[in-house]
Amino acid sequence: MSKTFTMDEREIPFVEGQTVMQAALADGVYVPHLCAHPEFKPHGSCRVCTVKVNGRHAASCTLAAREGLVVENQTAELRELRRELVQLLFVEGNHFCPSCEKSGDCKLQALGYELEVKTLHFTQLFPDRPVDASHPDLMLDFNRCILCELCVRASAEVDGRHVFALSGRGIDKHLIVNSESGRLADTSIAATDTAVSVCPVGVILKKGRGFRVPIGQRTYDAAPISAMPEGKKP
Amino acid sequence: MQAVDVKGLLERHRHDPTRLVQMLREVQAAEGWISPTRITELAGALGLPRARVEGVAGFYAFFATTPVGAYRVLFSDNITDRMLGSVALRERLCAKLGVGPGEVRADARVSVAVTSCTGLCDQGPALLVNGHAIGRLTDARIDLIARCIEAQAPVEAWPPELFRIDDVIHRKDLILSSSLRPGEALRAAFARGADATLEELLRSGLRGRGGAGFTTGEKWRAAKLAPGPTRFVVCNADEGEPGTFKDRVLLSRYLDLVLDGMTVCGFAIGAQKGFIYLRGEYLFLQAPIEAALAARRKAHLLGRDVLGHRGFDFEVELHLGAGSYVCGEESALIESLEGKRGIPRSRPPYPVTHGYLGQPTVVNNVETLVAAALVTVNGGAWFAKHGTAKSPGTRVHSVSGDCARPGVYEFPMGLTVQELLDACGAKNAQAVQVSGPSGTLLGPAEFRRKLAFEDVATAGAFTIFGETRDLLDVSVNFAHFFAHESCGFCTPCRVGTTLLKKSIDAIAAERGTRRDVKVALRLAVLMRDTSHCALGHTACAHFLALHEKFKPTIDRRLSSLEFLPTFDLDEALAPAREVTGRDDGQAHLEDT
Amino acid sequence: MSAPKRKLKVATTSLAGCFGCHMSLLDIDERILKLLELVELDRSPLTDIKHCGPCDLGLVEGGLCNAENVHVLREFRKQCKVLVAVGACAINGGLPAQRNHLDVRECLTSVYRTVPNDPELPLPLDHVHPINDVVRIDYSLPGCPPPADALWQFLTDFIAGRTPSLGHGLIHYD
Repeated sequence: MSKTFTMDEREIPFVEGQTVMQAALADGVYVPHLCAHPEFKPHGSCRVCTVKVNGRHAASCTLAAREGLVVENQTAELRELRRELVQLLFVEGNHFCPSCEKSGDCKLQALGYELEVKTLHFTQLFPDRPVDASHPDLMLDFNRCILCELCVRASAEVDGRHVFALSGRGIDKHLIVNSESGRLADTSIAATDTAVSVCPVGVILKKGRGFRVPIGQRTYDAAPISAMPEGKKP
Repeated sequence: MQAVDVKGLLERHRHDPTRLVQMLREVQAAEGWISPTRITELAGALGLPRARVEGVAGFYAFFATTPVGAYRVLFSDNITDRMLGSVALRERLCAKLGVGPGEVRADARVSVAVTSCTGLCDQGPALLVNGHAIGRLTDARIDLIARCIEAQAPVEAWPPELFRIDDVIHRKDLILSSSLRPGEALRAAFARGADATLEELLRSGLRGRGGAGFTTGEKWRAAKLAPGPTRFVVCNADEGEPGTFKDRVLLSRYLDLVLDGMTVCGFAIGAQKGFIYLRGEYLFLQAPIEAALAARRKAHLLGRDVLGHRGFDFEVELHLGAGSYVCGEESALIESLEGKRGIPRSRPPYPVTHGYLGQPTVVNNVETLVAAALVTVNGGAWFAKHGTAKSPGTRVHSVSGDCARPGVYEFPMGLTVQELLDACGAKNAQAVQVSGPSGTLLGPAEFRRKLAFEDVATAGAFTIFGETRDLLDVSVNFAHFFAHESCGFCTPCRVGTTLLKKSIDAIAAERGTRRDVKVALRLAVLMRDTSHCALGHTACAHFLALHEKFKPTIDRRLSSLEFLPTFDLDEALAPAREVTGRDDGQAHLEDT
Repeated sequence: MSAPKRKLKVATTSLAGCFGCHMSLLDIDERILKLLELVELDRSPLTDIKHCGPCDLGLVEGGLCNAENVHVLREFRKQCKVLVAVGACAINGGLPAQRNHLDVRECLTSVYRTVPNDPELPLPLDHVHPINDVVRIDYSLPGCPPPADALWQFLTDFIAGRTPSLGHGLIHYD
């Protein structure tokens, strides 16, 4: 008999060392997430995977699965909290989907659809974040950064280049690149790096291929993110 | 300003990347800012990615990554400073020096800005000039400071009286009346043996004085039993909660007790290394602590075979913070000790099993370590006789705000709020903020409550608001504090603290409606329920409490209208009016 | 027997928008005939009526980039029982808000040798705002533009008295 915990009245099997989210996803139960990624150590910064465990809120991506946990996932209360978190991410940056090459393949946008975010509700901050188009093959549009650190982790752990890091703090926290000039062209990044493809939103983009797949025929045009097999990546 | 000798600096810090925050502190002190070139140099020499060093430099408030004034003046901006007139004093200094708030003067000589509470609430208003604290500010002292700056006198040569810090103690009990000699607790520990020392601590029931109240003996035992080749003891002297300053007094007057406590802990759990993480605001304690450490090494209270006890080696290293409240959270503190950005870790695992460099680590508050030293000498039963059953011992309170005698008060645990108000001469208190902005706001109906873990838990701050104060100003100040101090790791706290600040500012400016209150309350729930660490969980507590207990203070500033624009419409046309030169009726907009 | 239903009065406008949302409304194709059986248009680019009378429903496309936008929006809020933010620009500023990191003074002085000062010309705001920054909004219909099917779904739900609901494929931001 494998060990199990309960999620929304369903028994979810798990093996020792799995998190609640990993076990749920492996069992075909969707838990919203942005900063979590199957190939990287959980990190717990976006908080959209917040669940309720034995009556207390917790991020399911960093919570170790344990026998007998009673986890709430798809409740009205959690949906509301998650919707507000997505709204906070939208008002924090400048997310102008119609001009974004990533539209239709963007996880933030897909989560907005999933949680039926129709208005931003909170007052937008409209930050000033210049883009970096210095690199011949890549460009960085910081306006869309949700600070998930997936590129930071991928560049350090997979690519071994440490191209990305975070600086500042609080609302001034921002993505930086590994060069004194602050320009991507002066780093060692390559267009084939995992750090490039791992971006869940439209910050790190390959030049010259933006609209190869027409809008309307993209990943989350076909089906909502909750129905996407976990392995499939845009 | 003098260029720093990077090679010498690196050698002094043994090319050790865990010393990065300390190195950056030295660069900042010598050169007034941390330039891109210095970041590249340090990264290269330490074998760290440049961006990681830049990220650390960009995290701490005391590090400037763009040039600031040669004299960098930072006014302490706690609510108590404001109640003592800091805003007018800041304006006075800016006017004297001809510099705008938050700006660098054209000649680069000076900049004037604000910083979070500097821990001088009993002798405020206060400021820091190039990191050096000046308290008891008056018009005359501000004028003197302006003259020193204009004369370009080095800060070290300013009148020493400016930098006098007082240890204002009004009531002593177990801790503050202790007359233990340096090393006495250690001798007692050696006599008992490590296991019995730990047993005695468990018997005392001592709970951590940092606020959470975890049983200290359990913490020590967990670290002792955790597997790992080495263990660490950390003294959390990052007293960042606005309104708290008792650790400053303990470190200044009772330092050997603190160090005895650390060393006893090292002995009890089998650690050979301890750290004091001192908040950067207490720079004036650096030299005395270094001197005390040197004296203890000489007296064999530190080093190899401490006091001749074969096989027990113990060293203590001092680390200074650089302006970050969240580093008071134990796992963020450890990150900072490792030379990183002070981001709280995901827990579990807890520091007792995976702490500094992944090793079992005890992080204790200054006062906890002092109490542990006393327990070691006098026994657990002696300690447990004091205070209440669930909160044994005494508590050192930092009292400030509207009272006759601000300062430090030690009382047995379980003292009522009213008793402490009476002791410090606070008449007609409207409210008390217990345990700082992250703590609890109490009105007169609750002054009978007890200051103890089982009732109103406190990390020691006790800030009194007299009947003439507007408590919404308190909430505004706290909201700004949390927005400034959020580390930015998680979405709800990073964005929520900023949006909450905007909502409360709008209400305070009488531009708010019931809708703004609703938004603020929603944000409060979101932050409380989904944030990564305690900073986010408690960052909205002040507004929730105000709304629950002092609702009219909010209501009376609200517009009667159901909806107001979120920005000043007429002001939004000002730039266009300016370049068109128009001032006709169509060139203006009304609010409604 | 219930009395014949009164036709709902509907007004529409485009503020700082591109009329794309209105084009999308026309994209409901022949269903527009059915719609016109159910609603009567008041102020709208489709009627050329200049001021809005009392209406049941107002559809606002576009955000706020100048003083005139604010006046029109306020007229709509005053006259319409229910106000809907239609499309990206109304909801979050959209394309016009991409100027928000620029100084409006510099924009004007770099474009015009002499900045026009005719009182007939509405003055630009320093920043472009979504409409819910200035008035209360009852519903939002995202998209750039919202798909015709989303507009149809919303309108038919609304007219029938159902809480409007868009499922997957009808909520779009692009």
